[in-house]
Amino acid sequence: MSAGGPAGRSGAHGPLRGREPFPDAARRALADTQLRQNLARATRTIRARRAEVVGEVPDWEALREAGRAIRAEATQRLPELLETLEAQVVARGGTVHWARDAAEATRVVVNCVQATGAREVLKVKSMTTQEIGLNTALERAGIRPVETDLAELIVQLAGDTPSHIVVPAIHRNREEIRQLFRQHLPEAPAALGDDPQELAAVARRHLRQKFLRAPVAISGVNFAVAETGTLVVVESEGNGRMCLTLPSTLVTVMGIEKVIPRWRDLDVLLQLLPRSATGERMNPYTSMWTGVTPGDGPQTFHLVLVDGGRSRALADPIGREALRCIRCSACLNVCPVFERVGGHAYGSVYPGPIGAILTPQLTGRPGDRVTGSLPFASTLCGACLDACPVLIDIPQLLVHLRGVARAGARQGRRPPSPSTLAMGAAAWVMADGSRLGWAGRAARLGRRLPAAGLPPLARWLRTRDLPTPPPETFRAWWARTRRGRS
Amino acid sequence: MEAAAGHARAIRPPARRAIPDGGPRSAATRVTRIRVALLATCLVDTLFPDVGRATVRLLERLGVDVDFPSGQACCGQMHVNAGYPEQALAIIRNHVAAFSGAELVVAPSGSCVGAVRHQQARVARQAGDLALARDAEALAARTLELTELLVDVLAIEDVGARFPHRVTYHPTCHALRLLRVGDRPRRLLSRVRGLELVELGDAEVCCGFGGTFSVANPDVSAAMLGDKLSRVLATGAEVVTAVDVSCLMHIAGGLSRLRTGVRAMHLAEILATTGDGP
Ligand code: SF4
Repeated sequence: MSAGGPAGRSGAHGPLRGREPFPDAARRALADTQLRQNLARATRTIRARRAEVVGEVPDWEALREAGRAIRAEATQRLPELLETLEAQVVARGGTVHWARDAAEATRVVVNCVQATGAREVLKVKSMTTQEIGLNTALERAGIRPVETDLAELIVQLAGDTPSHIVVPAIHRNREEIRQLFRQHLPEAPAALGDDPQELAAVARRHLRQKFLRAPVAISGVNFAVAETGTLVVVESEGNGRMCLTLPSTLVTVMGIEKVIPRWRDLDVLLQLLPRSATGERMNPYTSMWTGVTPGDGPQTFHLVLVDGGRSRALADPIGREALRCIRCSACLNVCPVFERVGGHAYGSVYPGPIGAILTPQLTGRPGDRVTGSLPFASTLCGACLDACPVLIDIPQLLVHLRGVARAGARQGRRPPSPSTLAMGAAAWVMADGSRLGWAGRAARLGRRLPAAGLPPLARWLRTRDLPTPPPETFRAWWARTRRGRS
Repeated sequence: MEAAAGHARAIRPPARRAIPDGGPRSAATRVTRIRVALLATCLVDTLFPDVGRATVRLLERLGVDVDFPSGQACCGQMHVNAGYPEQALAIIRNHVAAFSGAELVVAPSGSCVGAVRHQQARVARQAGDLALARDAEALAARTLELTELLVDVLAIEDVGARFPHRVTYHPTCHALRLLRVGDRPRRLLSRVRGLELVELGDAEVCCGFGGTFSVANPDVSAAMLGDKLSRVLATGAEVVTAVDVSCLMHIAGGLSRLRTGVRAMHLAEILATTGDGP
């Protein structure tokens, strides 16, 4: 990531804002046939696995409803829960820091690391640290972040950005990964094959050295239990567990919305998350820790609570639903748009349907031409809502944020844009039966759609024909044949 | 795709309420006739009148009296989904007024009924027009998609149609996920004489239309359409059918550009065909 710092500010690109609006970025991505193949294969596999393990749970719908209720309660009671969490973590020997935005959060983390004198830190896979551009900030301070999640390592070695929330290297295939390892990892043998086991083994040899040496690890969390102060990380590889237990200092960065009220809420959420995320009944590693345990694990523990636009999102009674998200990425895997363009086209570390509703809210610039294009990157087919384990009505939020984006773009703009005028004219016609009847007759006279001459339709017409208006509208037929009847 | 998401809970068609005599198997034997107001939809009215005429022909053949309230224009979905809820408000107000006198409303469109049931009242409420929201809610409860009317209210699956062709069915997203029409269209199709129903691969994947999406994101839309078309062609069907003319217009636009010879037809057109006459 070349531009860290406050996400989305001043129109610069960064972790939450790409360089171009979605339609342009998507066009570029679509041209990459290798990418489309990689994505189609990977999402199809995850979809099938998820469908299987979700299908075998008899009370899946009840579980989703319970998950929804827990997450809704958490967002409703957020300030109070965060204070309880802080009190619990402090009572158990941890230090809690509050950060308003990415700049504050990265400064806190860099300070924590510098206090130890470490020049290299281990990183557990974490979306929040990607969101705040932490790696860039660490590098600027002369500290080397080492990603320990296999996929994050691949992304880091390639100088790339993640393209998926759970599977950050989903855009890469085995052969591409083999080449990366051959190039960058001294442990890779010359005859390295592209077998997943073999690739994982090389990465493991590479990382083991680091686990035993590094004094500091940085992690995110999946959940933070307010009543006990317990933090939870779920993962598949066990590398996270190494990072959470071997170093003497642990710095954990979390978005404030990750808090949940009670310990027993994990019962529901730890069933929903792995099935929705990776299609596993249970994830192989679930690490939980509460403050500091003398003589066991990290002896210094910092928790950094990041707002990063979340309080602002919370103030929107409709938009706030997005804060329920548990980052399982089921909505990405079922999204037909995501499947075709991949995560990079969204220009945000949060791609896909959830990214399209979360990103503009976190940046707080809904009218921006780049992030404001994201809520429009959906056909509203509803597959995301069907898949979401906490019942976030993503289509409804997309529609809501489209309105917010239009209003944002209108601000300070006179006269209104051509599309606003066109939609206004259409609304005038469509709000009255006789006007619509008149428009239908007018269209028939031209025998072509009145809209066919508009420039946006040129790309439509490249691959599709438009229907020809019929000789007689339905309304006219009814009036001609039924007048005086019934 | 697992069934029943949250938004499905709100959907309860006013089943049988309209049938004073308890719902006999055949509408023709019914003593009290059912009267429905046709919500033609703006697309059917202006671009696909054949679908409207087929719907009327089908319903009248089944003994239903059909009205066409001439004040109707559009449900407002396009404006809401494009991010212009304020402009949609007048459209919704007109829609609710146009059907205020109707006891039961039917539309040959999953998408428009989806908007009536899940969008109109919400938009009105968000605009602060609570009276309109209440009226819209009441109207939503009396509005049915065509296959819901046939299967749930009329309790008819064999509509007496004859259509000797190989047909594949594309479940449109709003009919599938907003209305949960489920297998109603397939059940109706499977009783059509001479019709061979072939299953569409990846049927539940969106065709890429999405209203203004296809204009705002034409390339992604075209890529999705391309995949849908290859699935349709792989079935060897002569006709692809659905319950929404919007998606069919998109699919037909692609089929026609590729000169495939495969036709896109609304389900109502197939069900209206008897083999004797038009
Ligand atoms: S929105 Fe729902 S499906 Fe998507 S990542 Fe969040 S929890 Fe998962």
